[in-house]
Amino acid sequence: MAKQEIRSPLPGTFYRKPAPDQPEFKAPGDNIAKGDVIGLVEVMKSFHEITSEFEGKLIGFLVDNEEPVAPGQVLAEIEN
Amino acid sequence: MTVNVLSPGLLTTIQDMGRPGYYHLGIPIGGAMDRMALRCANLLVGNDENAAGLEAVFTGPELEFNGEATVAVTGAELPPKLDGEPMACWASFKVRAGQVLSFDYLRTGARAYIAISGGIDTPKSLGSRSTYAIGALGGIDGRALAAGDILPLGEATGGAEGREVPSELRRSPGNPAALRVLPGLYWHRITEASGERFFEETWKVAGEADRMGYRFQGGTPLEFIDREPPFGAGSDPSNITDACYPYGSIQVPGGTEPIVLHRDAVSGGGYFMIGTIIAADMDLIGQLQPHTQTRFIKTDMHGALAARKDRSRTLNAIREMLSE
Repeated sequence: MAKQEIRSPLPGTFYRKPAPDQPEFKAPGDNIAKGDVIGLVEVMKSFHEITSEFEGKLIGFLVDNEEPVAPGQVLAEIEN
Repeated sequence: MTVNVLSPGLLTTIQDMGRPGYYHLGIPIGGAMDRMALRCANLLVGNDENAAGLEAVFTGPELEFNGEATVAVTGAELPPKLDGEPMACWASFKVRAGQVLSFDYLRTGARAYIAISGGIDTPKSLGSRSTYAIGALGGIDGRALAAGDILPLGEATGGAEGREVPSELRRSPGNPAALRVLPGLYWHRITEASGERFFEETWKVAGEADRMGYRFQGGTPLEFIDREPPFGAGSDPSNITDACYPYGSIQVPGGTEPIVLHRDAVSGGGYFMIGTIIAADMDLIGQLQPHTQTRFIKTDMHGALAARKDRSRTLNAIREMLSE
């Protein structure tokens, strides 16, 4: 078992849901496939999908919904 | 000589010093948001200061070189990698045919400038190669870079690798960022207490921050003095009879969130302007990430002109150092 990190390439605001009235993209314990969207980062009036480069099980998020993120900051961890 | 765009990054545009002279017709001045950084990048690779380079926001492109060139990356600390090997920022280095330039995660700042010896040689529109995407002017077909683009380069005049702009001659916005403001023509529209508070409070860069303008949040809404609305101004106390918007002017729609107009801004409208960021500090705005704490510092015309002179002394020092 190895722990992998999903990082934000961008500074901005992190969102775990596609829209305020919709369910979260992923929850801790979910299985993740390569390319799955785990959240959005909003910057410069647009939303950018954050996808996983790894497959495995989502351990958890290190950034809360609607929290600011810095480039390179770890958003979530995955076990595979 | 050409360069292939393997991946464009978030939003990478071709920029030079812009196209002044058309703002009265609604066409913005355009050009690099951190012009000092682009000038330095060009000087480092032996280009004319006004040559076109790339402005990369937050993330860098991936570029494959079809010939030999000298390259420099300045502005934001967006560390370049050549075939995966880390290279220094604010320094020139040689790239051989077939090598790939890519970038690591952004460390500080917001916009990196990539100069390539010879300069990017796309056609000029209204005297400039700067990309103004909304108006579809300049750049490649008036847009940001896309994967598959091929960048044509001009004739290199013999750039030298291994040159560097020392850190004491670079400038960063600080934390909190400090932006000097010249109070404007409409200053009389707000109460004295409100004007003082604007300079005392710490603001924060909002997510709505791009080449057109930078929005700030977190301060107290402005307090306007009661008035009879003049003809054409409308009833909102933060509106004025339509007027010209200078580059750097700080409009405050509804009196709530100040917006500093930048290189690709609209040239006029009916929003109250509290003042103007001085020319010497406009480059700093181009390096602000969202959520950056920011203070507005009151200055006067004397202070603004002294700051401008100071910037031009620094530029001259860099020119002298890199011409040796």
